[in-house]
Amino acid sequence: MSEERFDAIVVGAGPSGNAAAYTMAKAGLKVLQLERGEYPGSKNVQGAILYADALEKVIPDFREDAPLERHVIEQRMWMLNESSYVGMHYRSEDFNEEKPNRYTIIRAQFDKWFSRRVREAGATVLCETTVTDLVRDIKGKVIGVRTDRGGGLIHADVVVLAEGVNGLIGNRAGLRPELKPEAVALAVKEMHFLPQEVIEQRFNLKGDEGVVIEVMGTVTDGMTGTAFIYTNKESLSVGIGCMVSDFARNETTPYALLEQFKNHPSVKPLLEGSEVKEYAAHLIPEGGYRHIPEIHGDGWLIVGDAGHFVNAVHREGSNLAMTTGRVAAETVIRLRQLRSDFSKADLALYRKTLDESFVMKDMKKYKDIPNFLHGNAANVFGTYPRLINEAAQRWFRVDGVAKREKERQIIASFRKGRGLRGLIGDAFKLARAWR
Amino acid sequence: MTTVVKVEEKLYVNRYLVDAGRPHIKVRPHETPSAALVALTHVCPAGCYTTNDRGQVEVAPDGCMECGTCRVLTADSGEVEWNYPRGGYGVLFKFG
Ligand SMILES: Cc1cc2nc3c(=O)[nH]c(=O)nc-3n(C[C@H](O)[C@H](O)[C@H](O)COP(=O)(O)OP(=O)(O)OC[C@H]3O[C@@H](n4cnc5c(N)ncnc54)[C@H](O)[C@@H]3O)c2cc1C
Ligand code: SF4
Repeated sequence: MSEERFDAIVVGAGPSGNAAAYTMAKAGLKVLQLERGEYPGSKNVQGAILYADALEKVIPDFREDAPLERHVIEQRMWMLNESSYVGMHYRSEDFNEEKPNRYTIIRAQFDKWFSRRVREAGATVLCETTVTDLVRDIKGKVIGVRTDRGGGLIHADVVVLAEGVNGLIGNRAGLRPELKPEAVALAVKEMHFLPQEVIEQRFNLKGDEGVVIEVMGTVTDGMTGTAFIYTNKESLSVGIGCMVSDFARNETTPYALLEQFKNHPSVKPLLEGSEVKEYAAHLIPEGGYRHIPEIHGDGWLIVGDAGHFVNAVHREGSNLAMTTGRVAAETVIRLRQLRSDFSKADLALYRKTLDESFVMKDMKKYKDIPNFLHGNAANVFGTYPRLINEAAQRWFRVDGVAKREKERQIIASFRKGRGLRGLIGDAFKLARAWR
Repeated sequence: MTTVVKVEEKLYVNRYLVDAGRPHIKVRPHETPSAALVALTHVCPAGCYTTNDRGQVEVAPDGCMECGTCRVLTADSGEVEWNYPRGGYGVLFKFG
């Protein structure tokens, strides 16, 4: 293989790498994609909600054969305390449309499917191959990679790093600083299998309809984090994640936290009788805009989680991965037509295109949220969910207390629980971070 | 929190291809572990880290899910040497 040259090498076969490899191969480029797992997806974890729009822009007819579980017709947001939840549910018949907007998927199956499409588009995909080094010429331009299969240097005009959150190759080559514990979340997840009819009854669904539940509150023990339950055809994805820095300070184990969530009185009946067939863990880069590293240089581009492209507020990651992968590929295709040498200056087109797209606009919009949460986790994920649940209970319980008195008690509980200054300060800080 | 959970029971349903004799994670020899290294005994989602009777932290990465948490937490102290397993080895998620 040492003599072979490629137009582009893609490191990693997650959604970002697959979108990049597919788009370039489809345009006729000679593409090599390297994946360390036995098969694409064997190392990857997601909730998982798939946002159709991002995939449609890469593979317009994906609905014909992609392994989709359910299309989402209902979104639930729950705020928990120890015994209750306050919820906001949105369900709409409009989501039963010809081309649904969101689906649940199972990543190992989805990644395999995507990879098959990449091969069909003409790329060479090598699994069980870990890239060990980026190789540069004397001027520092990246000219190829080395792998643990031996066989020396594999040359390419440009290398797309789609290596995910643990981007060892980019880190070691000094392209990007190491992740900080306060900028990554550790998520653990289980796959709970149940008969299809049981899921449909429990969640009020028919056919391929699906529900997703996002949860925050006392289940994260005062740490910045969220939990989720997503309906697949014959299984439920159940998970919880918190910032690594918070986990380090807390005494809890991630699996005890997951167990506590599963045993919450509002969650337990949903999982009753299920068979757990997998327990997975993965990091999510949640530091936001301020943690996005340099994403282009001489002969290289960074896409997806490796570039910290996750919008934690909206639980979006795979769509940003596919979009950055596609934009990187389109940049390479365009520059090739212009006979570019893929210098940093030329590849800046990638950054520019992203800056003008929803990707960077959204990342920028929430750039202050991580800091806001970092300083306020105990209140946002503990005090407020408690106060709000207590207020709801006080309000709905009919016990001979006058309504005006109930209102007074609720207001007093907020003032006591957080203090007037704290309340106003939090509202102000949140409004400023959200803007 | 009172819930006692055996992580071995969770890992039991997972699939792995263990690269026998070639652990991909090593703790560097140390006298006294840093707070971050000690934290791994409860932060690692696979329970790979334990403290021995001399107070040093040890790792047995057979159940490792390659999440990278231990790598990130000890990046500053440099106490953990972390690599991916050889291509094809390690955890094999059926669902992810
Ligand atoms: C629990 C959880 C829930 C989530 N839920 C959602 C959700 O509902 N919706 C959503 O949109 N996003 C979600 N995300 C985020 C989403 O999973 C990621 O943003 C997305 O997977 C990023 O894709 P990627 O291609 O950049 O990285 P990855 O999917 O991590 O792919 C990287 C690939 O590179 C390979 N690789 C790495 N290094 C090397 C190397 N040196 N040599 C060869 N191969 C290598 C890896 O094996 C892997 O296959 C979730 C994440 C988690 C952990
Ligand atoms: S990578 Fe994750 S699962 Fe593996 S030893 Fe480190 S913390 Fe534990």
